[in-house]
Formats: sequence, structure tokens, C-alpha cells
Amino acid sequence: MFDAEALIIALTVFVLAIFIGYEVITKVPPTLHTPLMSGSNAISGIVIVGALLVAGQADGITGQILGAIAVGLATINVVGGFMVTDRMLKMFKRSGED
Amino acid sequence: MTTDALLSMNVTNVAYIVAAVLFIVGLKRLGSPATARNGNRTASMAMLLAVVATVVGNDIASWEWIIGGLIIGAAIGTYAARKVEMTAMPQLVAIFNGFGGAASGVVAAAELVKLIDLDAVIAEDVSITIMASVIVGGVTLTGSFIAFGKLQGIVPTRPLLLPIRNVINVALLIGMIASTVWLVIDPSITPFLIAAGIALALGILVVIPIGGADMPVVIALLNSYSGIAGAATGFVLHNNMLIIAGSLVGASGLILTRIMTKAMNRSLANVMLGGFGVEDGAGGAGGEEERPVRSIQADDAATMLAYAQSVIVVPGYGLAVAQAQHQVRELADLLKDRGISVKYAIHPVAGRMPGHMNVLLAEANVPYDELKDLDEINNEFARTDVAIVIGANDVTNPAARTDTSSPIYGMPILNVDQAQSVIMMKRSMSSGFAGVQNELFFLDKTMMLFGDAKDSVEKITAEVKDL
Repeated sequence: MFDAEALIIALTVFVLAIFIGYEVITKVPPTLHTPLMSGSNAISGIVIVGALLVAGQADGITGQILGAIAVGLATINVVGGFMVTDRMLKMFKRSGED
Repeated sequence: MTTDALLSMNVTNVAYIVAAVLFIVGLKRLGSPATARNGNRTASMAMLLAVVATVVGNDIASWEWIIGGLIIGAAIGTYAARKVEMTAMPQLVAIFNGFGGAASGVVAAAELVKLIDLDAVIAEDVSITIMASVIVGGVTLTGSFIAFGKLQGIVPTRPLLLPIRNVINVALLIGMIASTVWLVIDPSITPFLIAAGIALALGILVVIPIGGADMPVVIALLNSYSGIAGAATGFVLHNNMLIIAGSLVGASGLILTRIMTKAMNRSLANVMLGGFGVEDGAGGAGGEEERPVRSIQADDAATMLAYAQSVIVVPGYGLAVAQAQHQVRELADLLKDRGISVKYAIHPVAGRMPGHMNVLLAEANVPYDELKDLDEINNEFARTDVAIVIGANDVTNPAARTDTSSPIYGMPILNVDQAQSVIMMKRSMSSGFAGVQNELFFLDKTMMLFGDAKDSVEKITAEVKDL
């Protein structure tokens, strides 16, 4: 059923989150642009939550297979993204730091 | 709803709020070198919390498929993250973006299949957002794979222009709108599949006309799309966690896209229309050049560097191609031992993704405070004895300041030409990506050192040791 109220709430959340993202990220120094990209890429793996929901609630075999594929793809994103970001950030050092 | 179900739903939603806050805190900490690693961990904890809350708070009917997907995905992700070379980071990020987009599209597909199976009435907002997730997700998937191909050299890096591409693109857009209307009126799998097919084709067509050196913009934009696709999926499933995290990524990708286009003095539309660098007919060989240049050997370069007081290293994509970052750091150490000041000047679009050079040099143990961006370093060139350009080209071309007819006119450049003398390491006299000759080559103060960057730097290092 079309639920205007729920849609408006979702849109509100969406717009506010974009503003927060904009404000939080504007000041990132160029040195960190690559880790920021791979890290935010890992965060976009949040779709894993959606994948778990559809995979767990799927009825037929088609839904289950699609769900499993989505879980797999999102997991690559999450695990690979956070790990590679950590690997990169481990290398960033100040002068004199070991 | 039973009390139990209501309780677990509320617990899940509270956990989602905590996760959202942790994501924001994590992103914020990613913004400063001192806290970045901690920020990344914070964000990963947020992800774990969101996943656990989802699994605990919902009736998961079938575990086998989920566990299978988790194990395979984690194995592939771990392998890729451990094995990737720092020079290949743009490719990895491109392909991860693609997977993220694909996951959103597949979730939308699974949800549609479920709703159709249940014979449910599908509300308009759900059918429209299902289409939005599959379209943005599909474009992200194939667009990222083409970008990956271009970065890896599998797909030609030069802009490929189809003759009637604008007609095709418009036709595809109309097809998308038509299939969305169809799905809203008559929910079935067919219009969904049509839209998915169109999105996959569009992703290819949009990225293929864009040249290799414009990839920083493309990757940043696809990064944003992968977030937006996730947010769209959040609208489909009425899940705020997805909307919030997806929007954060969408915003960060857009900001990086803007930083990149600004650093090239081009509009996003200009980059996305593609074809940059081919109009002048300068494509292939880059036009023969009659003017003389001064060419030197490694031993002369070594002498110049060893007796300088200040040196600025200007790295570009050629440094990544030659994998010369460790050799550069070794040479810099040697010069510093002689009491010479060594700094690195990093142009925002040097390399193939935002921050590419910084990661490479960090890998070679160059401290990040020695890496200076455009605004920090541009005044220092005039006070510098030797600027050594390693595999960078267009970002050093003084024509960007003076020649209004140049395609790169107005692009902020590094003021390499203001240094006392310039050593330009290059493989050949070929022009840069923009297809224009670099005026810097023909200055009296510029010495060309031809050859592979890694090789040349090694030779210079050996010569400096002998001095």
C-alpha cells in the first residue's frame, strides 16, 4: 500500500544524511582521498543489510539464489573495502614516526 | 504484532541509530591522518553492528544461502584486499564499486520476485525505487567494469566515440522511463529485466568515451552511485540504515567528484561527455615537434641534485606505471643525508584516482607531511633549485596559465617552470593525455632525462652515492 507518511520520513532521512555526509567530508585533505574512497566504498556495502533481509525472507528458490548472490557481492565490498583501507592507512606515517 | 516481535524490532532500530552515528563518527575520523585508521575501524564496527542487528531482529528463514554468500564474499574480499598492489588501487576500488552497485540491483530484483510471488499490491513508491536501485546499480556495475578495464589496459584507454552515441543514449533513457511506467502500472518481471538490460548497456556507453586520465572523476562518481544505489534500496525495503549509510557515501563521492573536476578546470558534463584529448587530431602520436630540447644523462642529473639546496619531486601517473616509488624515496633519503631539503608536490589529479600518489609514496615510507598539495607548494617553486618531474605531464604545463587556445587553459597547475632548473623524466617526447605539447619541455632551464623512471632514478641514486 502506498504510504505517503512513510515515504516523507524516508525522504527526510535521505536529505539530512546527504547534508551530514557533505559537511563531514568536505574537509578531508588530499592525502586521504584514496582511503576515503575505499572506506566509503566499504560503507556502501551497507546494502548487505538489505541482502540479508531478502535472502532470509525469500520464499522460492529464485529469491534465495538472488539473496545469496547479493549477500556475497555486498560482503566482498564490506570485507575487502575495510581491510584494504586499513592496509593503506597503516602505511601513512608522519616524519620521524616508525 | 506480538510483544516479542515488537521488542526485537525496536532493539534493531535502536541498534541502527547507534550504527548510523558510528558511521558518521568513522567518516569524520577518516578525515584526518592521525585518526583515520581508527575511523575506518569505527565504521567497520558500525557495519558489524548493523549486520548483527538485522540478523537478530528479523526472522531469518533460511540460513544456508546466507552463510554461503557470507563465506564466499569474505574470502574473495580478504584475498583481494591483501594481494592488491598499491599501484592497482584504482582498479580495486573500481571493481568494488561495481560489486556494491550490483548488490543493490540484485536486492531490488529479489524483493520484486518476493512481492510478485506473494501476489502483493506493490505501491508506486516501491516499484519506482525498485527501478531506481536496479538502474543506478546496473550503471554502476558495468560502468565500473569498463573503468577497471581501462585502468588495467584491457579496454583501450583512449576515448572511444560511437558515431550516434547521443541518439543511442537518449533512446536508452526513454526506454528506462517507459519500463518504469510499465512496472508501476503492471508489476511483472519483464519491465524490470528490460530496465536492468538498459542500465547495463548504459553503464558501458557512458564510460567508454571517457579517456584514461579522466578516470579519477569517473571512479569518484561511480563511488557516489554505489552509495545512491544503496540508498534507493533502502527506500525499497523501508530501511533507514540503508538510506543513511548510502547517502553518506553518495555525498562523499560527489564531493570528491567536484574536487577532481575543479582540479582539471572542467565541468562534470564536459568530463562525462567524453572525447577529451581527441578533437585536436593529436590523439595517437601527439604530433611531431620541431623545437629543440635539452637532454641530459643520469650523471648530470645526479650532479644537479647533489649540489642543490632544495628539491621538489613532482610525481605523476608515470611513477605508478614504472613502480618507481621505492627508488624515489631512496634517492630522497640520500639527498636529505646531504642536507638538501626534499618535498613532494602532489597535484589533485595526479595518477588515476584521487590521492593515488599519496598512497604510493606512503607505501614507500614517505611521511605524509612531506607531501604538499597544490596550494601549499606552489609558492615554493620559485625558491627551489631543482624540480624533478617523474611521469607527470599536463599538470606541469605552463600553457594552462597563458595559452587561451589550449584545451587545458585555466587548469590549476604546479608552477614547476618557476624552479631554477627542471629535470623532466619521461619515456619519450609524446604529449600528455590532453594531446597538447608541454611548453615546459622547451624552456632553457628544463633538462629532459629520457627512459624508464625506475631505471633513471636508480642510476641517479648510484651516481649521487659516488659523488
